[in-house]
Amino acid sequence: MFYKRRLLLRGMLSFTTAFSALALMPGIVFAKWSKAFDADTTDDALLGMFDSKELVSSDQIKFKIPEIAENGAVVPVTVKTDLPNVSNISIFAEKNPQPLAASFTIPEGTAADVSVRIRLGETMNVTAVVKADGKLYSTQKEVKVTIGGCGG
Amino acid sequence: MKVKAKMRKDMVSVKLLAQHPMETGLRKDKETGETIPAKFIQELSCMYKEKTVFIANFGRAVSKNPYLAFSFSGGQKGDPLTLSWIDNTGETKTTEAVIK
Repeated sequence: MFYKRRLLLRGMLSFTTAFSALALMPGIVFAKWSKAFDADTTDDALLGMFDSKELVSSDQIKFKIPEIAENGAVVPVTVKTDLPNVSNISIFAEKNPQPLAASFTIPEGTAADVSVRIRLGETMNVTAVVKADGKLYSTQKEVKVTIGGCGG
Repeated sequence: MKVKAKMRKDMVSVKLLAQHPMETGLRKDKETGETIPAKFIQELSCMYKEKTVFIANFGRAVSKNPYLAFSFSGGQKGDPLTLSWIDNTGETKTTEAVIK
């Protein structure tokens, strides 16, 4: 009986700690993080992150991602653009359980050029979205994945 | 976190490798069959002279030991940079690096 009570208290403590720590993220409040990153469709993730899903296709976004990813657990991505006044670069992996993989805030003075490594569960389209001058621009590439990278 | 910050023309080029398991919460322990709980960095930010020069927000699909590369202007050789991350369990880490 004491054991169960200890487990409950421990569970409550870690929940509170996690919740209060998340409230301290300077870049984004938890509620918004969840709306964007917990969304299970690209449209919902776009709405969660940008309050919009209006994307304009752009050929001014240099999107480097392998055509074939042998290891879906480590897929290198680079997104770079000459579009002016970029405030955000985000990456959406269409068929992942939660499509929004990463979102980068680009303050003034920071280059619109980021690299990261992401997990892809299977072959899918990956979309790079750039917010420039308040508008959302995008480009997409298909990545063939031989070994999925999301879990055992 | 392993951080390399170098002056490249008039930009500070930052490359980092954070040490973190980045568990998606979808993996099962092969022996017990239990799901390994999600543990992943949710936010990583870089400060230079009290200004936030970069913020990365991650979901569950960022690879283990996250690699990041970015660059910003206005930095000088010899100046310090601060990088911090916080994960979904509330764990945090802060590292300082010097611009070379």
